[in-house]
Amino acid sequence: MITPEEVEHIGWLARIKLSGEEKSRYAEQLNDILDYFGKIDEVQTDVEPTYNVLELHNVFREDVASDSMEQVETLANAPKEKDGYFKAPRIA
Amino acid sequence: MTMMSITDVLRRVEEASVEDVVAEHLDQIHKSKFNTFITIAEDQSLRRARSLDSGESGGKLSGVPIAIKDNISTKNIQTTCASRILEGYVPPYDATVITRLYNEGAIVIGKTNMDEFAMGTSTESSYFGPTRNPHNPDCVPGGSSGGSAATVAAGEVAISLGSDTGGSVRCPASFCGVVGLKPTYGAVSRYGLVSYANSLEQIGPIASNVRDVALLYSIIAGHDPGDSTSVPVDTEIEIDCDLRGLVIGVPDQYFGEGIDPDVEKAVWNGIHHLETEGATYREIDMPHTGYALPSYYIIAMSEASSNLARFDGMRYGLRTEDKDWSTTFSEVRALGFGEEVKRRIILGTFSLSAGYHDKYYLKALKVRTLVKQDFDSAFKNVDVLVAPTMPMPAFRIGELVDPLSQYLADVNTVPVNLAGVPSVSVPCGSTHGLPIGMQIIGRYFDESRILGVAAAVE
Repeated sequence: MITPEEVEHIGWLARIKLSGEEKSRYAEQLNDILDYFGKIDEVQTDVEPTYNVLELHNVFREDVASDSMEQVETLANAPKEKDGYFKAPRIA
Repeated sequence: MTMMSITDVLRRVEEASVEDVVAEHLDQIHKSKFNTFITIAEDQSLRRARSLDSGESGGKLSGVPIAIKDNISTKNIQTTCASRILEGYVPPYDATVITRLYNEGAIVIGKTNMDEFAMGTSTESSYFGPTRNPHNPDCVPGGSSGGSAATVAAGEVAISLGSDTGGSVRCPASFCGVVGLKPTYGAVSRYGLVSYANSLEQIGPIASNVRDVALLYSIIAGHDPGDSTSVPVDTEIEIDCDLRGLVIGVPDQYFGEGIDPDVEKAVWNGIHHLETEGATYREIDMPHTGYALPSYYIIAMSEASSNLARFDGMRYGLRTEDKDWSTTFSEVRALGFGEEVKRRIILGTFSLSAGYHDKYYLKALKVRTLVKQDFDSAFKNVDVLVAPTMPMPAFRIGELVDPLSQYLADVNTVPVNLAGVPSVSVPCGSTHGLPIGMQIIGRYFDESRILGVAAAVE
């Protein structure tokens, strides 16, 4: 059973602030959904996991320089910028 | 409500001008009663029309307007993923599929409505309100590419692009009575597609007919150095195929409990029609199908929790009043994400967290291997699989509010994404005025064959 307190902790790990009402509602829904997910325990899985269906691993390109986006374009959508940088909140 | 084909639009371009055609499209879209678009690219599309009229070279889609799902990046055209967190975001670059469309002379007419971050089966979770089904405005158009399917069904545009992570092209194609293709994983570049569950999703074409879907696929498919999971593919698609000797597999598990009897009947009618064209069918067993749905949701949510970590209000998107680092991000994300997105990020974070990773995420990836093996075994004996795309016709707006009940509707579409094989949904009948879709699933990179079979059904 997942409690509203655990939901709050997971929300914090995911950096999503949750209201008291959200914590209770999500706790209830998560228990239902996880209960359903538990169905996969019925299956014997003596196989390797599949991360990529084409079984591609470590695709490399030649290490050559190419043009990148202009700084002004990169910053165009930034809600806050200063001196050509993204402005982040202070680290507490 | 008359649907258009690419040929219809090209003919109109010949008769009039690209600018006239674009203006006529814009007029239709402005009058839409179905909330199909989030952003209408009025100025951009008219400017491009004039430039094509004054001699800019086009190609196979010269002057043809196309609607693009709002999770595909379009330079200088707002791209929101139907989320408040990206309202006002204007990408500084085009997705590779957009560049390829532009190279053929296509015109991006606007960005279509969708479930927020492509998480849904109904297009009800959009921050910009639900899209309505043109066949019955009280019903959902399906999702998550609901706007892209509905706008084609409503005759507002001939062609559109959606994306399919667990059925998001095929479900709305089925509910809206249009054709939609989920290509083989890796066939189409995901560069510029806003990631939700990157190991599962592909961009796919939607149109009123199979020929147009095939043409669009041949334009957008192919290796792209910008997406390391894309691979070289054969883009020569021949849909006029001879069905004699074709062996169809009908997986019993796709006709399971809860399937609407009219849907079952329509799909069987489609199969019997293919028999008259020389195909044979056999019922087959795909024993792990029932485990595909929970496995899919665990993987999709886990990948989502990682992919959506980038939305922090720093480089783009919503920003709230600055407090300390983590508090600011928690508040930006609390305000910017809708309910379903939060639910999936939280579930994904949980299933990747210490103590639960092996039980949920790793186990789901192993189940995925078994689902893939079901397809590999089936395709040793049959050429294509045929099944209902959705177990039911379009449901009513507000009918499936419990999250789990909407997840369960994806039962027939998600196994395809877990395996990465291609599948096309094509209309095969209707019930009470609502379309029914049948999906034709193929071997890896066998798009030609499934589109050929779909052409024989339509």
